[in-house]
Amino acid sequence: MDSHAAGEARVERYEIRLSGSGGQGLIFAGIILAEAAGIHDGKFVCQTQSYGPEARGGASKAEVIISDHEIDYPKAIKPDLLLAMNQKSCDSYFFDLKPGGMLIIDSTFVKQLPTTRAIGIPFTQICREKLGKEVGANIVALGALATLSGVVSLSSLEAAVRNRIPRGTEDYNMKALELGIESAKDARRFRTETELYEDTSD
Amino acid sequence: MIAKRPPGRQLLLQGNEAIVEGALAAGCRFFAGYPITPATEISEVMSYRLPAVDGTFIQMEDEIASMGAVIGASLAGVKSMTATSGPGFSLMQENLGFACVAEVPCVIVNVMRGGPSTGLPTSVSQGDVMQARWGTHGDHPIIVLAVSTTQDCFSITVKAFNLSEKYRTPVVLLADEVVAHTREKISLPHAEEVEVIDRIRPNMPPDWYIPFENNSRGVPPMSAFGDGYRYHVTGLIHDVRGFPTQRPDEIVPFMDRIFRKINQHFFDIQMVNTEMVDDAELIVVAYGSVSRSARRAVREARERGIKAGLVQLITLWPFPRQSVEPILRQVRAALVPELNMGQISREIKRINQGVARIETISRIDGHLITPNEILTRLLRI
Amino acid sequence: MAAVTKLVHKYLRHDKKFPNVWCPGCGNGILLGSLIRAIDRTGLQKDEIVIVSGIGCSGRISVYVDFNTLHTTHGRALTYATGVKLGNPKLHVIVIMGDGDATAIGGNHFIHAARRNIDLTAIVVNNNIYGMTGGQYSPTTPYGALATTSLYGNIEHSFSIAELAVMAGAGMVSRGTVYHATLLDDLIEKAIMKRGFAVVEALSHCHTQYGRRNRLGGAVEMLRWQKDAAVRIDKAKSMSPEELNGKFTIGVLTDRDLPVYTEEYQKLRESARAMMSGAK
Repeated sequence: MDSHAAGEARVERYEIRLSGSGGQGLIFAGIILAEAAGIHDGKFVCQTQSYGPEARGGASKAEVIISDHEIDYPKAIKPDLLLAMNQKSCDSYFFDLKPGGMLIIDSTFVKQLPTTRAIGIPFTQICREKLGKEVGANIVALGALATLSGVVSLSSLEAAVRNRIPRGTEDYNMKALELGIESAKDARRFRTETELYEDTSD
Repeated sequence: MIAKRPPGRQLLLQGNEAIVEGALAAGCRFFAGYPITPATEISEVMSYRLPAVDGTFIQMEDEIASMGAVIGASLAGVKSMTATSGPGFSLMQENLGFACVAEVPCVIVNVMRGGPSTGLPTSVSQGDVMQARWGTHGDHPIIVLAVSTTQDCFSITVKAFNLSEKYRTPVVLLADEVVAHTREKISLPHAEEVEVIDRIRPNMPPDWYIPFENNSRGVPPMSAFGDGYRYHVTGLIHDVRGFPTQRPDEIVPFMDRIFRKINQHFFDIQMVNTEMVDDAELIVVAYGSVSRSARRAVREARERGIKAGLVQLITLWPFPRQSVEPILRQVRAALVPELNMGQISREIKRINQGVARIETISRIDGHLITPNEILTRLLRI
Repeated sequence: MAAVTKLVHKYLRHDKKFPNVWCPGCGNGILLGSLIRAIDRTGLQKDEIVIVSGIGCSGRISVYVDFNTLHTTHGRALTYATGVKLGNPKLHVIVIMGDGDATAIGGNHFIHAARRNIDLTAIVVNNNIYGMTGGQYSPTTPYGALATTSLYGNIEHSFSIAELAVMAGAGMVSRGTVYHATLLDDLIEKAIMKRGFAVVEALSHCHTQYGRRNRLGGAVEMLRWQKDAAVRIDKAKSMSPEELNGKFTIGVLTDRDLPVYTEEYQKLRESARAMMSGAK
């Protein structure tokens, strides 16, 4: 009963965990994602986050649950999707991931992958190279996450980003979002090739 | 930061923010508080929302002062609220008792965190259930409500104000860290759709006004300071005019009345949600954020063919005995999961009188009880 | 005498609760008289006035007078008064506290009300002792004095209530005694009419608990001491420190125009309204 494949119109309960170190903007990303799915896509949403000492440094996390029905338990039980923006969070949370769930990592910081099925995209590096700053890597990651999972529509995501970001940063953040969407398209191609390779090697 | 609002009345709000929306919709125009985790967001949002609607926010020097100011403002005729967590709630107890005895309507939000003492400031708990009932000294009536979702945070806060105005009593709203910080989509009703109850004010000539009259409802009309009905308000036990008394023939009717005004309206005050209890053999009795875990566990148990049901308590005090007792007589066993060493489960055992088997889950490590913990126990009972 | 009776009839509640709880000779009665005369002179209507009191002998004043009256918990009178004033800024809120009430259990509220300069009148009746509970030492009991909890002599040092209020930021601070009753009338009247936090420290005597235990005589002797030890503030300016030894000053110690909380809050409301309507 727990979940259907991402991207389908009907969603029973889809759990997303966004993780990394404090300061990478993951809670902010969680709020944007929840607003996109809840307010703009019209789903039920529930967003929680690590709070207190654990929210600073180390492995900080935000969770978003998306469903077509009212949500009972507000936290992730077995995430369908894990975004890990640093090595520690990748190592800490990988084992919570649902079998067959999607792991997206920021390959700028995560160098040791727990599975070859992980989708690695250098969000922070892309942000730094294309936009000149590392601020906004969370928005790049959101663009990629939405493209790869299809759990929220890109137009809703864009609307939520625009609503939540500080005034005057619209161009910058829209660029970041666009970069994320593009990077996901490349990664999807790369992933398909890897999977083909894996199949023939068996 | 003032978030820009998406179009329409659907918002993504934290529980704490929804409590503010509920309070404002109910007509709250005064808030006094002191910063404390995990209730601080309520103060923060109140500080910018209230002045814009001609209300007043003040950050007092401590929680004792906050509770005093809330009572003062209510006596001046303004619906008032404060919000705090464990340590601050402890400090408020003396003045909370004053509000009970002087019959001053007000709402006290306690976003429960792990205790005792400084405890676990950023972790979820339900350790203050008994304190909310008995925290202030002396025998006194009080109303305590528990919230479990962001939508509850809005609607139960409105209800808390309405009950406090209707019965001239402080109402304690128990939230917890999980409810307070979970963001959910909520639909805010338009102002005209919200049922708002205001205290009954006197309309007789001032000479005829008896401020603590023993009338049929048990709730005398309440004048605001400055309205022309000069009267005395005190924390001493008082006669019908508000003057201190030591006479047994005045003390007993007073105490009887302040209890009667709550007991007499018990069915208006008790709120309990039940799900799938009609044919249930096992029930889970839960409140606050734990009731969300319980709801999932009960549904999963049903899928496995177990006849489980959920009894979610919204009113914790006065304890909704009339709703719970008949269910206990019908089931084989009841499971009471809570984030304390067993506070509501004591009450369940008290009213159960050995009829059903009562099992408890106590979790005090600062984490929410999971659906799986409850399900596992249901499978074993 | 007729004038006194007239005021008694006008302002006291004579339907119940007399005689009062105070000992014969207590300074609280004189203070109550001063309060009534001062209010009468302001010309304010009874409905416009709220009397808030704490717990202790002075706390009982509120029950006897025909205003909106609020007898609060011990030490917290200023917090309740803050709520009343902010709830309805048109009301004139007069707070009556004792020395233990205002500076021990309520010391924190006292300095913060002064710091905010909120528009309240605070009268602190200072009799150097906890009278109602039977004579324990308070923050204004002198060093060495005897009390039921300092039978070997008090080893703590006392607060100067008025100076504390000045340092904390009160707009107006004055000191009087119940002996100098006409001056006290003036000081209370000025304090009521002052915009901002106005403190009147009213030195009084507790012959029952403090005077008797410290061999200071009865009410008459203690009033005589007030007469002898008090120096008008303008006269004190021309006196040497030696001459002022063992004396205390009476009169208006500070009167300054500082921003008043209630007025500042009104401005804050206007900017909040402008910002919130701009955000929509």
